Amino acid sequence: MDLSFTDEELAFRAEARRFFTTEIPASIRAKVAEGEGLTKDDMVTSQRILNDRGWATVNWPVACGGQDWSPVQVYLYQDELQLAHVPQPIGFNVSMVGPVIAQFGNQAQKDYFLPKTASAEIFWCQGFSEPGSGSDLASLRTRAERKGDTYVVNGQKIWTTLAQYGDWIFCLVRTDPTAKAQEGISFLLIDMKTPGITVRPIITIDGGREVNEVFFDNVVVPAENLVGQENKGWDYAKFLLGNERTGIARVGMSKAKVIRIKELAALEFAGERPLIEDPRFREKLAAVEIELKALEMTQLRVVADERKMAKGRQNPASSILKLKGSVIQQQLTELLMEVVGPYVMPYQRDFDGNNEPTVGPDYATEAAPMYFNYRKVSIYGGSNEIQHNIIAKAILGL
Amino acid sequence: MDFDLTEDQRLLKESVDRLIAEQYGFAQRKKYAAEAPGWSTTMWDLFAEMGLLGLPFEETLGGFGGGPVETMIVMETFGRGLVLEPYFATVILGGGLLRRGGSDSLKGALIPKVTAGKLKLAFAHVERQSRYNLNDVTTTARKDGSAYVLDGAKSVVLHGDCADKIFVTARIAGGRRDQDGIGLFLVDANAPGLSRRGYPTQDGLRAAELTLTGVRVNGDHIVSEHALPLIEHVIDEAIAALCAEAVGTMQVMHDTTLEYLKTRKQFGRAIGSFQVLQHRSVDMLVALEQARSMAVFAAIMASEDDPIERKRGIAAAKVQIGRSGKHCGQEAIQLHGGIGMTQEYSVGHSFKRMTMIEQLYGSADDHLAVLAKMGGLFTRPKAA
Repeated sequence: MDLSFTDEELAFRAEARRFFTTEIPASIRAKVAEGEGLTKDDMVTSQRILNDRGWATVNWPVACGGQDWSPVQVYLYQDELQLAHVPQPIGFNVSMVGPVIAQFGNQAQKDYFLPKTASAEIFWCQGFSEPGSGSDLASLRTRAERKGDTYVVNGQKIWTTLAQYGDWIFCLVRTDPTAKAQEGISFLLIDMKTPGITVRPIITIDGGREVNEVFFDNVVVPAENLVGQENKGWDYAKFLLGNERTGIARVGMSKAKVIRIKELAALEFAGERPLIEDPRFREKLAAVEIELKALEMTQLRVVADERKMAKGRQNPASSILKLKGSVIQQQLTELLMEVVGPYVMPYQRDFDGNNEPTVGPDYATEAAPMYFNYRKVSIYGGSNEIQHNIIAKAILGL
Repeated sequence: MDFDLTEDQRLLKESVDRLIAEQYGFAQRKKYAAEAPGWSTTMWDLFAEMGLLGLPFEETLGGFGGGPVETMIVMETFGRGLVLEPYFATVILGGGLLRRGGSDSLKGALIPKVTAGKLKLAFAHVERQSRYNLNDVTTTARKDGSAYVLDGAKSVVLHGDCADKIFVTARIAGGRRDQDGIGLFLVDANAPGLSRRGYPTQDGLRAAELTLTGVRVNGDHIVSEHALPLIEHVIDEAIAALCAEAVGTMQVMHDTTLEYLKTRKQFGRAIGSFQVLQHRSVDMLVALEQARSMAVFAAIMASEDDPIERKRGIAAAKVQIGRSGKHCGQEAIQLHGGIGMTQEYSVGHSFKRMTMIEQLYGSADDHLAVLAKMGGLFTRPKAA
């Protein structure tokens, strides 16, 4: 057992730190640090810089533009990327649809989509959830009917993150309504410019426009946009959802938040002393730090194990990463609200181009919206209750 | 970075696992507890034979040359078996003080005996008023020629009733809570002026109250006249060892509870089919895995020489172990229902040991306050 990094690993970490902190524009990283929303342009710019170095799609097969990195390198890459407040490579592109196309797509699909997906020339969004199909995703009803060389799609998707930016959407659609729930589903790629698609924003409790409803009204999709086999889409969706095991804990991001909270709590006062010296506050923060350190160690155990584990087998510890990671992310947003005190109150979003100066310190404006927004973290990607069900069944055998 | 065990570590783990699996079942443990000292001398001899009593000592003195990882391996397995023997007191506490603080002559004389199972040690530092504060010492050490004379009383000395020699803290100079002026002395169990009263502890182990009246200590048994840094390092190592023991104990509580959920039937089906119990069982697993991670972290930090960094890591681990342990323990009892409340059944014994580990050397809240005051764990990385 040797828990120190090798010289090569340390050199890699240093190079990653240098690259992220010098090549990605400081203006973009500052927005991430403050929790401000990124524009599509910010996300695409950052991803292009990463991609020019081959660092946008490190998880892809090497033949498709991925990196042949050790799990430790992948870990260090993620950690440094998040610590430097670099925007995550666009998840829909990099973690979701890219690996599915690389694994199950035909050659023409790989040739056309993968380069554009890596460079973010195509901004993908995900069409999975429906109004009646949330945790019970397999009950989805959006219908794709085969007509000659096309599918005709009718139905509705919901919670479609950043559909307003989406050039393409990857959808789960029902191609066989007579089959058992999981067996009649296909994985279809749809150009968002196709006639019959309507995107309608859903404003979330923080006032943000992140998610949307997407309506499909007789949308005609070339049959060549089917990924893999018809009616096998559920398998590809499971592959996609199981893909991101370690990144989901967002350990690096939470570490960066802890550090930020400490810096801000040194600027704010609780009575005579800086807030960071208030025993009650600092103990609450330390309690979260301990959980985060434990999660980081858990993630390292999982990473170290991945090298040895047979494909498809999971270290039981991996299953807790999302559960624990999501709760920690949420707790940190609560602490940030506590830091900013009364300046948690002013609502300063969507002032329609008004140039009024910020009320209170700049770092206070996003505290409450981020707290409200982060309630999503324990809901999306399979709610924490669903995660409990999965662990109970798959790991504990209950 | 890798979490793999070396070949030697793997062999150590296999042999200790086998020992506990074959010789330390619940019924066997009950038999050992009923023997005269409250533990099994046969087991003790077996530990010696296997090299476990020499685990952390240098090889030139007959030891095994093991570090914190080897200790973690042994203690985790001992935690599964709820080992009763004075291993922690002798090898981890006493052995740690001897190894880090003893003169060459003392080490040369005592380590071979400890390794052979012929000498048991203990560490007396708790006093009526001290709680877990290691520098709160009122027992006095008065210089008399080249000797020291000790007077005072020590409490809850783990396995102090069976120890052959006992490390005792006493104040040479300064006020009650001064960091300086604390001496460490090795006192023979039969030294004139030492009296002790042994008793069982809640977890089925043993401890003792000591009274020292004019106890004389000479020569190399005067271990240190400036002992606090040494003591703090050894206690940090001891906490790391307890973290590993706690993980073993939690693992058993988790496994036992899971097995029970699968076999116990109510309302015509296994109670593990009920979602509310499934989710609580998952939360036990989460607590266990987080604790396991921090026990590994504690093992890494135990050998850190910078006392500040070491303390940060150890305090963090102790908090996690305390919180996870309490969660696993209380849930294990609750999910078992009535049977979990009985002496006849194993899970309550694990719960009791876990509860005592939570308290030893300070609760989770105590260590949280320490860590918070030190500024927590994470700091901004240096620029590229």
